[in-house]
Amino acid sequence: MAYALQQLINGVALGMIYGLIAVGYTMVYGIIGMINFAHGDIFMVGAFISLISFVLISMGGWTAGPGAILLVLLVSMAITALYGWSVERVAYRPLRGSFRLAPLISAIGMSIVLQNYVQVAQGARVKPIEAIITGNLEIWHGNGFAVSISTMQAVIVVVTLAVLAIFTWLVTRTALGRAMRACEQDRKMAGLLGIDTDRTISITFVIGAALASVAGTMYLLRYGVIDFYIGFLAGVKAFTAAVLGGIGSLPGAVLGGLLIGLIETFWSAYFSVEYKDVATFAILVITLIFMPTGLLGRAEVEKV
Amino acid sequence: MSPMLRMEGVTAAYGAVEALKGVSVHVNAGEIVTLIGANGAGKSTLLMTIFGAPRARQGRITFEGRDITSLPMHEIARAGIAQSPEGRRIFPRMTVRENLLMGAQALGVDPAPGLEQAFTLFPRLKEREAQRGGTLSGGEQQMLAIARALMSKPRLLLLDEPSLGLAPLVVRQIFSAIRRLNAETGLTVLLVEQNANQALRLAHRGYVLVTGRITLEGTGAALLARPEVRDAYLGTH
Repeated sequence: MAYALQQLINGVALGMIYGLIAVGYTMVYGIIGMINFAHGDIFMVGAFISLISFVLISMGGWTAGPGAILLVLLVSMAITALYGWSVERVAYRPLRGSFRLAPLISAIGMSIVLQNYVQVAQGARVKPIEAIITGNLEIWHGNGFAVSISTMQAVIVVVTLAVLAIFTWLVTRTALGRAMRACEQDRKMAGLLGIDTDRTISITFVIGAALASVAGTMYLLRYGVIDFYIGFLAGVKAFTAAVLGGIGSLPGAVLGGLLIGLIETFWSAYFSVEYKDVATFAILVITLIFMPTGLLGRAEVEKV
Repeated sequence: MSPMLRMEGVTAAYGAVEALKGVSVHVNAGEIVTLIGANGAGKSTLLMTIFGAPRARQGRITFEGRDITSLPMHEIARAGIAQSPEGRRIFPRMTVRENLLMGAQALGVDPAPGLEQAFTLFPRLKEREAQRGGTLSGGEQQMLAIARALMSKPRLLLLDEPSLGLAPLVVRQIFSAIRRLNAETGLTVLLVEQNANQALRLAHRGYVLVTGRITLEGTGAALLARPEVRDAYLGTH
């Protein structure tokens, strides 16, 4: 019981990170109907920018506290958003109106470009960072097993919830969010109403990349090591989360992320750590075969 | 006085299929002009070509003296033209209110007077304000499409078959709303219709479009009296 509770806590913290990345996949799919395979690598870039920022801050002699972490988050969000914007501008916008597979292939290309760029610029070796957030809160003690929430896990959950709350407010309550939803539902009509749809699509990539960078920062803080390749696996898992939740659905992406985090954690805890990725991808396959619209997705109506 | 909207020798095509073959029409400020024609004559294409989708391959489109032929779609909308398009294109997962707000936001127009006008013109929309667009009936969606187009305070309103598939009573409501808007606010209207009889009675002038070419033009009353119009579009044999 205590063991399961501990896994639940671990799974939720992990799932939050997947959820943040998954939102980016599902937003882009919603608005231009493509899977942005470079999104995982945007997450990786975000993690690297956070790493660099932390190093710069500690070189400046600033002791890492909440203020430093917030600063790193903001810097990372801003720069990663610029990456997201550039990827769309360079690799996807010129292909709009082309055949459906074209941007998809371009996305895979962009993913390889980003990976190799970081590998060349930062080196191929794993980059460690010393633990910044330490501490543990023991919440329950039973049968010789202590259930605890690490400060780090608490930070992940709180930051993610805060970011998602702001994001939800943006999408549901602001004129910008309304324009994004309008483009998602009928891009041509949005254009007829004077919405600059290219700009709205750009903003979608910017927001998706900013969310991924938050996930990148959390990942860095949680695991303490990153390399140029982390975007691939995390990206595919977040994509799985988006599909499980129902691609195109924002609450679905968060729900899918949580479920994938929990499935992975519980599988590792009770069956085998080695096969945790197999479990996750089995979920992807099963979802695609038996429930292609996902948990909260709606049946795709082909528009003419 | 030069016309508000002028299309000169406009050609437009979908791929290899030419839908407009050198069309020239104009709309003067304050007029209701109707464009009638059979299914597939190119009426909707003409309205969409004004917005650049598809782009005019030849010819020129000017609005209030400004060449808008190659402007991006959103800038054409921001120039003061609004459209209630074919198929209504209501945002299905937005509320009626959000659909209306969409009409005003890109132009930076204060939505409050537009909302009031919409709800006065079509009280049904007030009742459905918080309902999703996709759940509305056809007639309600048509009202919403027109009201949404009016939200930006356009000087020229393009209406694509507002009567399509609607009950006669609703059609009368919508046509009388158009007439009132024209008379009371001086709104200029370009109306595409298959319902030629009612459209020609409403309009000051009209054009007949046959497979991408204008074949007749004249005042509404004059066109109504033409035997070829009566035979082809009014079904009075």
